[in-house]
Amino acid sequence: MSDNSYLSIAGIRKNFGKFEALKDIALDATRGELMVFLGPSGCGKTTLLRIIAGLETQDTGTIRQDGKDISRFPAIRRDYGIVFQSYALFPNLTINANVAYGLVNRRQARGAIATRVAELLKLVGLSDAGPKYPGQLSGGQQQRIALARALATSPGLLLLDEPLSALDAIERVRLRGEIRALQQRLGVTTIMVTHDQEEALSMADRIVVMNAGQIEQVGTPREVYEAPATPFVADFVGKINVLPAVAEGRGQFRVGGVSLAVAGPEVAVGTAVKLYLRPEEIALHPVAQANGHPAGSLANGNATGMNTIDAHIAKVEFLGAFCMVGVTLDAAGTPALVANVPRHDVDDGCMAAGQAVTLRLRPDALRVLG
Amino acid sequence: MVRAQVHWQDRLAQGLLLLCCLLLVLFLLAPVATMLLRSVQDSAGHYVGLEQFQDYFSTPALRSSIWNSLWVASAVTVITVPLAFAYAYALTRSCMPGKVLFRVIALTPILAPSLLAAISFIQWFGNQGLLKWMLQGATIYGPIGIIVSAVYATFPHALMIVLTSLLLADGRLYEAAESLRTSTWRKFFTITLPGARFGLISATMVVFSYAVSDFGIPKVIGGNFNVLAVDIYKQVIGQQNFNKGAVVGLVLLFPVLVAFIVDWTMQGRQQAQFSSRAVPYAPKSSPWFDRTMFLFCVIVALLLLAVLGMAVYTSFVKFWPYDMSLSLRHYKFGLVDGDAFSAYLGSLKLALIVAVAGTIFIFGCAYLLEKTRGAPLLKSVVRLLAAVPMGVPGMVLGLGYILFFNDPDNPLNGLYGTLGILVMSTVVHYYTSSHLTAVTALKALDNEFEAVSASLKVPFYKTFFRVTVPVCLPAILDIGRYMFVNAMVTISAVVFLYTPDTRLASIAILRLDEFGEVGPAAAMATLIVITSTTVCLIYAVLTRYIVTRTQAWRTPVVL
Repeated sequence: MSDNSYLSIAGIRKNFGKFEALKDIALDATRGELMVFLGPSGCGKTTLLRIIAGLETQDTGTIRQDGKDISRFPAIRRDYGIVFQSYALFPNLTINANVAYGLVNRRQARGAIATRVAELLKLVGLSDAGPKYPGQLSGGQQQRIALARALATSPGLLLLDEPLSALDAIERVRLRGEIRALQQRLGVTTIMVTHDQEEALSMADRIVVMNAGQIEQVGTPREVYEAPATPFVADFVGKINVLPAVAEGRGQFRVGGVSLAVAGPEVAVGTAVKLYLRPEEIALHPVAQANGHPAGSLANGNATGMNTIDAHIAKVEFLGAFCMVGVTLDAAGTPALVANVPRHDVDDGCMAAGQAVTLRLRPDALRVLG
Repeated sequence: MVRAQVHWQDRLAQGLLLLCCLLLVLFLLAPVATMLLRSVQDSAGHYVGLEQFQDYFSTPALRSSIWNSLWVASAVTVITVPLAFAYAYALTRSCMPGKVLFRVIALTPILAPSLLAAISFIQWFGNQGLLKWMLQGATIYGPIGIIVSAVYATFPHALMIVLTSLLLADGRLYEAAESLRTSTWRKFFTITLPGARFGLISATMVVFSYAVSDFGIPKVIGGNFNVLAVDIYKQVIGQQNFNKGAVVGLVLLFPVLVAFIVDWTMQGRQQAQFSSRAVPYAPKSSPWFDRTMFLFCVIVALLLLAVLGMAVYTSFVKFWPYDMSLSLRHYKFGLVDGDAFSAYLGSLKLALIVAVAGTIFIFGCAYLLEKTRGAPLLKSVVRLLAAVPMGVPGMVLGLGYILFFNDPDNPLNGLYGTLGILVMSTVVHYYTSSHLTAVTALKALDNEFEAVSASLKVPFYKTFFRVTVPVCLPAILDIGRYMFVNAMVTISAVVFLYTPDTRLASIAILRLDEFGEVGPAAAMATLIVITSTTVCLIYAVLTRYIVTRTQAWRTPVVL
């Protein structure tokens, strides 16, 4: 545990009947960071959040917050603010009363409360909403109010339980930027639960990828995306191609009829492994036509250790800024791959189904995992 | 194993829930258990096994009551449920005019004690009845009278259940069927009927239970036709044979309990049937169908009004059938000058207390069940106890109360003969459906209000008063109204429990009828109807006021 650790979790287990929701979870959140629990539904991320909030009780394990052992504290004695997917705003109270809900209880002077409420509403950009009722606001606005209410009492820890899941796509993107900016400005240690990898990648200081009650990987968004620690992480975060392969020694791996150079630790000859490759790491080059178009630059590809493979385009799917291009390798026994190609490259390169192409793969773009 | 510290607020909530549980044990479980116990004891308290049952089943008159009760209740069910279904079908699937009026008229029987129907049918078809000739020698005093009166009394109960299930239908299914060119009949049998299946089963069970356990109707119009509910009354009040009464009570409890369990199991299966995305069905006009349905509803509504109207008319007729001129003498001399009026005031007092105390108890208990943390075992016990009253006939409950509370060894013996015991028996008797109303309203609230409050360090009771109660106010008022109206008309449980100091209007009707004072009896019934109607109107106005004023936040509700 580092000195700067704010929340420290150790040995957390939780069973619901025979179902193991959490299997020995240990985790440290640094003061002021935004940590995201990412995983598919049922992976235990929400249970872990609720245990941190004291809304569920762990079977075993300890939780320390700001140096204090809070493992056995009931929710009401812990120090946190919480925002739920459903907003959970009190429908019969005005926005002002909602935000002031936790302040009124602290016997503060009326004027002080009003000032604080106005300050919070300004913070979330809804200064005029005070006299309205939650039902009169949009989903995104309601979630901003829920955030203001959670922050009103200046808690040491902010918990966000899928805060953006109920919103439409545009609102979601806008609000995730706002929440991140606000969190950095206030420096409040924050834990957010989500199943949306894009949300996690864009907001988190560190991501905790969870699966089946266990932590698969803890790392910065870049680490998790570029160096997934397990096949699950590779598969769950972003799109990825999986190539079954056999180690041939000296960094070479055989995939069907193709041999690929892969940067990374040595694997015993003959071991069956899987190679992971992001779609955007595949460079596609149309094979020179009869009139001799730019094949020259490809010729010395092997000299720099770059893998080149002959393939054909199976289909092109238009996705807006990018196109998803499905390719089949010409060598026997090789899997079909998916590549992401910027839209204008597709237009320029007259890529269409049936077109012969050369794939170029950097050895360090291929990752070997169990 | 980590054990979370229990905050004093959680302890408070659990303590209150324990109190609710104790009250239900004391006022529901203990009386019923006592009755079960007494059925295998002789009057001296010795265990005699099934001797009393043998004795009971060897008495032909008593044995025939079982058969009588069952077939009469079955007949009532077979008539009421299809009638209610057709009526509900007209209200939901046709474009006939006057739907609101038809609905209001159909619900009027709820406002009156079941005795009113019996009195009214006697006035129509009895010995001095206006339409006696129509029976062609048959008599209304017996199964015919019981059946028609019970059909009248159970009609609104069945209607409300079936109506709800028809309103839940998903319009998209009909649109899909239409796009496949499905015939009207096929749509009815493949969409409408299966959709209303659970409602129909529920209505069947509710009507059957009501008919089998109702006491007022057979008492007034049954003549020499014996049924179980009246047998209990005769054994207990007539012969003071409590243990024999307990045996009959057990025999009566059995079919009602079976009906209740069938209904309960079916309700459990219903959950998955309707998705929350269902689109309400909007009927299209079809002149021939609409006219037929309108005609049907007019006939049913007129019949219902004829029953209520006759009772009201009787209350104004000077001296049936000799002097048919109208006067207020039954109200003046029969009620006010006689001391029946104090019974009316007694009922009013009971209904008000039941409406206030019962609503607080039931809603509070449902809140503690649904929204507080911990005590899972206690919660399952309370949930079960809350469901039981639906399966216990009022007569059985009342008899259990006598046996349990009238025991000199019971420290609560002092309750016997007080208004308190009448209040508790009425609240418990009508507990289940109010409980379900409360639970439904509470479940509609965001589950995380309590978690948010805890994170803001606000005690749960503050959130209860500031948020939960205001948001659930329409449901709370609904429970209050339901409790009030039922306390005004109830007779079965309280008939064993009232004393000269705590007389009630519905029982006064029974007494007046026994003495042949039909005019004053009808006047009292009319008074009850007027009172219940007033309360329902106040409820409607209040609800509207609340929805429009204090609940400005509420998105407009389509009623």
